[in-house]
Amino acid sequence: MAVKKSEAALDPLWNNNPIALQVLGICSALAVTTKMETSLVMCAAVICVLTLSNLTISLLRHQIPNSIRIIVQLTVIASLVIVTDQILKAYVYEISKQLSVFVGLIITNCIIMGRAEAFAMQNPPSLAMLDGIGNGLGYSAILMATAVLRELFGSGKLYGYSILPTVSEGGWYLPNGLMLLSPAAFFIIGGLIWAIRVWKPAQVEMDG
Amino acid sequence: MANRQATGYILLFATAICIVCGILVSSFAVSLEPLQDENAALDKQKRVLEAVDLLQPGERVTPEEVAARFEPIKPVIIDLATGEAQADADTATFDQQRRARNPSTSVELPKNRASVKRLPDQALLYEVRGDDGELEMVVLPIEGLGLWGTLYGFLALDADTTTVRGITYYLHKETPGLGGEVDNPSWKAKWPGRRAFDEDGEFQLAVIKGQAGVAAEDPFRVDGLSGATITSNGVTNMLDFWLGERGFEPYLARIRGEAN
Repeated sequence: MAVKKSEAALDPLWNNNPIALQVLGICSALAVTTKMETSLVMCAAVICVLTLSNLTISLLRHQIPNSIRIIVQLTVIASLVIVTDQILKAYVYEISKQLSVFVGLIITNCIIMGRAEAFAMQNPPSLAMLDGIGNGLGYSAILMATAVLRELFGSGKLYGYSILPTVSEGGWYLPNGLMLLSPAAFFIIGGLIWAIRVWKPAQVEMDG
Repeated sequence: MANRQATGYILLFATAICIVCGILVSSFAVSLEPLQDENAALDKQKRVLEAVDLLQPGERVTPEEVAARFEPIKPVIIDLATGEAQADADTATFDQQRRARNPSTSVELPKNRASVKRLPDQALLYEVRGDDGELEMVVLPIEGLGLWGTLYGFLALDADTTTVRGITYYLHKETPGLGGEVDNPSWKAKWPGRRAFDEDGEFQLAVIKGQAGVAAEDPFRVDGLSGATITSNGVTNMLDFWLGERGFEPYLARIRGEAN
């Protein structure tokens, strides 16, 4: 399989986005996007785990016995996630408390196992790393877009700073409570998928 | 290259992966532990400040600022059975949970609604005094079973020992969005002004299903957390327990005695 380096890193952003095209990793996208701050930390965590897991799996791809490859991938990913969680608890304690279980749940984020199984098992380390970064950024792009909309319309703020002064603080903006609930993320992600497919009609799935 | 499908190779590979990952995870966990403990201690102090309204939820403060605001708050270790302050006990190293686990410093409790299994002989609480040395508030540690695990928090009571000034939790395993809403600032804002005891000194405060009135008209009830009946009941039960005779009742009685 010949994949160009630039393609490995950039394709997942628009052409093959893990959330928008493959519809993976939705669970955490719903859970952590009420605020930009938590989303940003979650994105950083996912990019780190995804890049390192792709690298590790790719380095070991000729050694991993085929019959236990899934469990080996899972062991590597789980270890990386625990280490990430420990680092977050040590350096950004408040945010790690807000992210609660969702950092641990990166283990079950389908994007990471999906990339390990579909890409890192077949490609050399440098390419696998770029694929990890690319997919991580693709996931982050959707997450941050969702978080911007949810925080701005749900609490009138961006990254904790007041943009639209809310009624409760003496301003004029009445926050949309729906934006703080999980369904809002569904609507926004749905809207984003629609927008990307209008822009790139090749992504539309045909019936049949 | 070795035969990748041979059973011996598979076992060897699996063992090697486990050892490498195990070492990686445990070395990170051990080396980061001091920093995490420091964070947890600071977080606990912030929750105490929140309970007495010296810190707004979501407000960013430096560790120095936390220490400065902690100035009027004094940790006191008391004997739970008598309510007497233990002046010789060291507040810096006091660990109530460890004390509760140690058989020589704790007793096993009969079944109780808050599901507190072992009761330590001593407890660390905080007294908030004004500039004149007058007692203004007490902050009591509370813990009890919710849905998924034990909730640990603080209840701030006025010096009259019955008016609630605030409640916060610093450690729990409740579902984010449901029972986890014990951390929600707007729910916590419903507590100040509620009353724990009625005129006869009977414990009355309860988290109810549905909505309660404002504190002045409906002092003994607090809004329930929707979708989290078990957590809500857990909060009621742990207040009942810790304000009761096995909990801080002897200490509160002593304060009432001093005030009169």
